[in-house]
Amino acid sequence: MQTPAPVDYAKATSVAHAIELLQQLGDEARPIAGGHSLLPMMKLRLAAPEALVDLNDIPELQGVRIEGDHIVVGAMTKHRDILESAILHEHYPIFREAEHVIADPIVRNRGTIGGSACQADPAADLSAVGSALRGTAVIQGPGGTREVPLREFHDGPYMTVLEPTEVLVALKYPIRPGAGSAYEKVERRHGDWGVATAGVFVVVRDGVVADCGIGNAAVGAEHYCSPGAEDALIGQPATEESFAAAAKVAGEQCNPSADQRGPVDYKRHLTTELTLRALRRAAAASQGA
Amino acid sequence: MQVTVTVNGQEVTRDVEPRTLLVHFIRDDLLMRGTHWGCDTSNCGACTVWVDDEPVKSCTYLAVQADGKSITTVEGLEKNGELDPIQKGFMECHGLQCGYCTPGMMMVGRALLDKNPHPSEAEIREGISGNICRCTGYKNIVASIQWAAEHPVSTEASEVTA
Ligand SMILES: Cc1cc2nc3c(=O)[nH]c(=O)nc-3n(C[C@H](O)[C@H](O)[C@H](O)COP(=O)(O)OP(=O)(O)OC[C@H]3O[C@@H](n4cnc5c(N)ncnc54)[C@H](O)[C@@H]3O)c2cc1C
Ligand code: FES
Ligand code: FES
Repeated sequence: MQTPAPVDYAKATSVAHAIELLQQLGDEARPIAGGHSLLPMMKLRLAAPEALVDLNDIPELQGVRIEGDHIVVGAMTKHRDILESAILHEHYPIFREAEHVIADPIVRNRGTIGGSACQADPAADLSAVGSALRGTAVIQGPGGTREVPLREFHDGPYMTVLEPTEVLVALKYPIRPGAGSAYEKVERRHGDWGVATAGVFVVVRDGVVADCGIGNAAVGAEHYCSPGAEDALIGQPATEESFAAAAKVAGEQCNPSADQRGPVDYKRHLTTELTLRALRRAAAASQGA
Repeated sequence: MQVTVTVNGQEVTRDVEPRTLLVHFIRDDLLMRGTHWGCDTSNCGACTVWVDDEPVKSCTYLAVQADGKSITTVEGLEKNGELDPIQKGFMECHGLQCGYCTPGMMMVGRALLDKNPHPSEAEIREGISGNICRCTGYKNIVASIQWAAEHPVSTEASEVTA
């Protein structure tokens, strides 16, 4: 019977309270969000925190809202609420497309966007989305609030820039009028982690790619993105040739490892193909097609 | 820690270790064995119960997190000695073989129909995608949920209208 190791537990009622609890309970205390990465690791004893600080009852961490020219998503917003969010869907259909292929409806009832970012799983779909959109992490700690670009938030697999007493409060994404966006993923079966994924936004103006962001998960792309592919595309005509050339760069510049999901060349091939498909659809959406 | 939860309408209070998973609380403390426990990786869905009417995998939820909440297990589907249509559907359409996945399948099936009384086959398959069945090949599970959609409880007239 797999059971977590003994652990203390405290419910936080506000972000300030959570930070206070984390300070009191020491370095081996951890926040728990949806628990859908942390508890499976605790069951397998891959993680054994001494204390859990539950973030589920903190209203200020919930929900999607617009603030100025950004969309702000509270860290404890659940996958299901992102899937169903009208605001996100209006500005960035990439969120709904990604959420449809994240886990299953029961997991989506619990797992959160903040937990997904902090878990820093190399295959985390929303991390590819966040990097593609060049979002920002809002972090609160004992010394106040700081903002970190999502492209600098992850220090590598399962590692983030968060200090043990800091809490991820929200993720922010700039609104880009006229942008199209799309998410593509190949998985072994419905709801599994990706073999390779691509998430992009594209802004086409007068037939030219004025701006774009290209994210990839599960294939070892540093910070879940492909700046080389973006550079190859920005300023180019919005044509199949340009998209194919950029997608090729994404496939070449990622760094997949061989595992039970497939060999390296297959994952590179998928990265190129999925990036191409996502670019095609996002550009068409940007052009109102 | 002390935990007070309402399980299938009845309030219970127990002392639990914070590390206790809800599935073990239900099975080993409350001795309700309808909820199954089938994997270590939060994949199989056999342990699905509702917390405040939402399906969750009870192996990936701490009992202490359920404090003050309402839990519904498969034992709570039957009302006044009458099986829920979802349970009848599984009987009518041979929706189970070994029965291991069945409680989870019925809990997600019922929850799906409560939100979407007339789901398409694709919506049903998406709805049960967090639940693994090693026996049936899913075809009869889908048919069972469809049967339940076509035979809602007659006394609950509101559910009958499209
Ligand atoms: C069966 C299954 C399939 C899955 N499939 C996919 C998939 O296909 N794609 C995908 O992207 N994900 C998938 N997931 C992961 C899912 O999205 C998780 O919910 C998510 O990765 C973690 O979110 P959580 O809220 O459950 O975080 P938790 O498990 O609660 O926390 C994860 C880590 O982040 C820390 N943390 C959480 N929130 C904060 C915060 N606000 N501030 C500071 N630290 C914090 C915790 O301390 C912990 O270390 C799957 C999970 C399961 C169980
Ligand atoms: S026992 Fe909970 S998902 Fe398998
Ligand atoms: S009936 Fe045996 S696992 Fe589904």
